[in-house]
Amino acid sequence: MTTERILLAHGSGGKLSHDLVEKLFARRFSNAILDRMDDAAVLEIMGRKPEGTGDRQQDRDKQVGVPGLTGKLAFTTDSYVVSPIVFPGGDIGKLAVCGTVNDLCMSGAHPLYLSAGFIIEEGLPLDELEGIVDSMATTALQAGVAIVTGDTKVVDKGHADLLFINTSGVGIVPPDVNVSGSYALPGDVVLVSGTMGDHGMAILMQREGLQFSSHLTSDCAPLNGLVEAIFASLSTEESKSLVARVHCLRDPTRGGLITTLNELAQASDVGIEIEETSIPVCDPVRAACELLGFDPLYVANEGKLVAIVTADIAQRVLEAMKAHPDGANAAIIGEVTSSHAGKVIVRTELGARRIADMLAGDQLPRIC
Amino acid sequence: MKYIDEFRDPKLARRLIAHIKRRATEPMRFMEFCGGHTHAIMRYGLRQLLPANIKMLSGPGCPVCVTSCTDLDRAIALARIPGVILTTFGDMLRVPGSDGTLSGAKAEGADVRMVYSTLDAVQCARDNPDRPVIFLGIGFETTAPTVAASILQAERAGIHNYYVFSLHKLTPPAMRAILDGGEVALSGILGPGHVTTIIGSQAWAFLPEEYGMPCAVAGFESLDILRAVAMLTDMLVEGRPAVANAYPRCVSREGNPNAQEMMYRVFQATPADWRGIGTLPESGLGLREEFDHRDAALVFPIEIGPSHEPKGCRCGDVLRGALSPTECPLFANRCTPTSPLGPCMVSSEGACAAYFTYREYKDDH
Repeated sequence: MTTERILLAHGSGGKLSHDLVEKLFARRFSNAILDRMDDAAVLEIMGRKPEGTGDRQQDRDKQVGVPGLTGKLAFTTDSYVVSPIVFPGGDIGKLAVCGTVNDLCMSGAHPLYLSAGFIIEEGLPLDELEGIVDSMATTALQAGVAIVTGDTKVVDKGHADLLFINTSGVGIVPPDVNVSGSYALPGDVVLVSGTMGDHGMAILMQREGLQFSSHLTSDCAPLNGLVEAIFASLSTEESKSLVARVHCLRDPTRGGLITTLNELAQASDVGIEIEETSIPVCDPVRAACELLGFDPLYVANEGKLVAIVTADIAQRVLEAMKAHPDGANAAIIGEVTSSHAGKVIVRTELGARRIADMLAGDQLPRIC
Repeated sequence: MKYIDEFRDPKLARRLIAHIKRRATEPMRFMEFCGGHTHAIMRYGLRQLLPANIKMLSGPGCPVCVTSCTDLDRAIALARIPGVILTTFGDMLRVPGSDGTLSGAKAEGADVRMVYSTLDAVQCARDNPDRPVIFLGIGFETTAPTVAASILQAERAGIHNYYVFSLHKLTPPAMRAILDGGEVALSGILGPGHVTTIIGSQAWAFLPEEYGMPCAVAGFESLDILRAVAMLTDMLVEGRPAVANAYPRCVSREGNPNAQEMMYRVFQATPADWRGIGTLPESGLGLREEFDHRDAALVFPIEIGPSHEPKGCRCGDVLRGALSPTECPLFANRCTPTSPLGPCMVSSEGACAAYFTYREYKDDH
């Protein structure tokens, strides 16, 4: 009997990745915060303003964080191993900043500080590294975050693929914001902030040297501006409480929209039903998908979000997204149901209804 | 969107479905040869929309699936030769052989690399001049010309370390074998769109001529398939079997002569071993003698033990249309895309994977 080993499919974001995280990591590290399995951990260490007890030690213990600041701390980490390291619409550096910023915003946090760790393969041209670091700095500026600590390691040629980057980030979740992948409720409405599949197809086309007449560009972008625009639209003077009606935010990265919706349906123990024709997909992505036999709903995005909100604010959230440059193609795509809990149902353009499951691994081009 | 939207128009689709319902008064059983069609039929939910008396059966048109267990074991043995780089299309990586998969061999240290095109494989040979680079050539008439091109390119560029392990297969002999077997009663054939782009619709003329069987060649959008089913229904009702072309934007009578010419410059028809069907004469493509020095099967003699199919796996029956994926006792319990037992659950063109990934939702679940 051969030993079980890690396969590439364990990293694809599909079912095998999910199982690896659930059965190997989550089981051993299990705690109340990790078990929520959100994009960022939300830590209740600044929940209350300290009230003086007279005991200095006790007061100090309560005062973790920034005195006077209320809210919760969001904390996340992610590693970036994309190939090629430069692609249309971005590079590994931009991706490393956006990915972590986005994981923070998906917990409702206002991102503040990032760390950056570099694993560099011997032989990487210095000017390529410089270009990538420049792009990280620009993206951080754009997202309004500071890279405040870092680390570099160089490994022998062949021991890494040019460059790997890890970023961690912290941010503050405002007191009235309360989102989690497990908060979707029947009757809620599902929205996406724009076209699906742009990043994954841009990378694939670039990596495989496939060229089309129309240019495919990654959607890689920090989403905190968009998230803040959503919250701002809900927190006018007379409607402060509406912010809490945003139940889930998630960026559909690896595994694409369907994988993300499956995760949300499972975490919230609800069903999700979506209308295929209402999901925005841009023409070049559709053409590339049709050529390769891909389903764009399983292709990665790096600058889009899925929002699940109560039905009464859905229109308001949609308008707020559409008014923001990163949400111009936003759309309402479906709703949360109490039936078929844990499953995603797609109504096809011809009116058939089918289950849309997570994929076991990466999508592969058709051979025939 | 040119070439997609006009082939997914829901209004036209409803009209075609109404037409099919009106005309198909008797039970009809159509086989979609191609796994890509099975995938599209499930993805668009077409089985739910067609009348109940029309049954769509999936056929052997999945290149990964029809690769026999013995051939797969040989490929894995080639990958395990020290120094060899085996390049392959991704779907082959996870297909279980008698003892493990290519993906498993890779995790154990074999140098197996997934490529998207044969040109990547040639490039890999160029980049690794001191190592033999073998391309695992699977696929039908659609893929074989590109593999032929890669061999000619390696010849021209003097890349001596590029080899092909050819497991290519020809589709018409498999169709014949299924009809000759008589195991599955069929009323018509949904012809493979991409294959027929290469070989031309005339390659299917034997279906009406020798078997009285209508054939409609179809593309892969919902309307392409519905149109082909409507054509099959009409031909059947009117009793005039022929080869209809429901994919005229790609398919012609003669096909692509350049691709055919290139394919037969490098390959010749040989016997091939099909999973579920067995060895069929003149149903595979082997390298011509003048390319013996590129033939991995000749250059790297390997020995493998007796091959055995995964226990209980009924992919062979599924590939002949004798068993629907959901009728297999292993389907969705012991065999899923995450832990597939047979190739039809692995490949994105496999019938079981299509039935699993896009399974129909009924409210009474």
